[in-house]
Amino acid sequence: MLAATLVCAAIALIFFWVPEDADQGFSQKIFYFHVPIAVTAYACFGWGAFKAFMHLWKRPPEADLQSYVAIHLGVIFGALTLVTGSIWAKASWGVWWTWSSQQLVLFLVLFLFYSAYFMLRFSVDPGPARANVSAVYALFGLVLIPVSFLAIRLAEDFIHPTVFTPAGPQMADSMFLTFCVALAAMLALASALYRLELTGKRLDATMKRLREALE
Amino acid sequence: MSSGEKYVAAAYLVVFVAVLVYLVIMQLKLQRLQRELAELAELAQERRAREEHEPAPREAAEVG
Repeated sequence: MLAATLVCAAIALIFFWVPEDADQGFSQKIFYFHVPIAVTAYACFGWGAFKAFMHLWKRPPEADLQSYVAIHLGVIFGALTLVTGSIWAKASWGVWWTWSSQQLVLFLVLFLFYSAYFMLRFSVDPGPARANVSAVYALFGLVLIPVSFLAIRLAEDFIHPTVFTPAGPQMADSMFLTFCVALAAMLALASALYRLELTGKRLDATMKRLREALE
Repeated sequence: MSSGEKYVAAAYLVVFVAVLVYLVIMQLKLQRLQRELAELAELAQERRAREEHEPAPREAAEVG
């Protein structure tokens, strides 16, 4: 409910309130969904890695499942980042993709790394071995998150714009407020989908145990 | 519709279609779980009915 309200509020602000960008015009409105989706993807991968770490450290019963669901959502949000970014690139730069932007390439590497997580996970039989291997792999990916996030600041990349600098956000207050609402909307949406998927997986597991007990 | 507007519409449409597809998949999964739960409830009821109708095994009593 919170996620739906925030998404509606974000769309209303984006299309009816915030002014058009003087440089890019109407196509800049993709920014308000593209960047929050990318940040949400990072958050999901980070949460998945944190749960993987918890699994290896304290071994709570659900940490492996939580890590898996978070990474699954991270890959979905990552795919959306790449697609919306590609559409924005076509509108702004005239190309769908450019290999010269380190930010784009590193995000693609991060996305492919976590996509391969599923191949690894499902190539091992269910059990403690699968959970351990998946957790170690998820933790390795954590290194790529700050590298991908900071790539544009570390490298002299003039293609991909840098809006958030040490001096603060390089945009008008109304644009920054709209961005914050859109970011909250995406994080709330990811949180709602995370809980929904986790509930489904828990129900599935309980049902399996119940069937085994009855049959 | 200008080309900029078309690109913005496409980007937002992609996001909404993806969320919609995800929700449809979750809905289908919940429907499957609901069906399985009904089957299991039926199975449990059958088992209970069978146990109620079957006579309980008699205990051996000493004679004499």
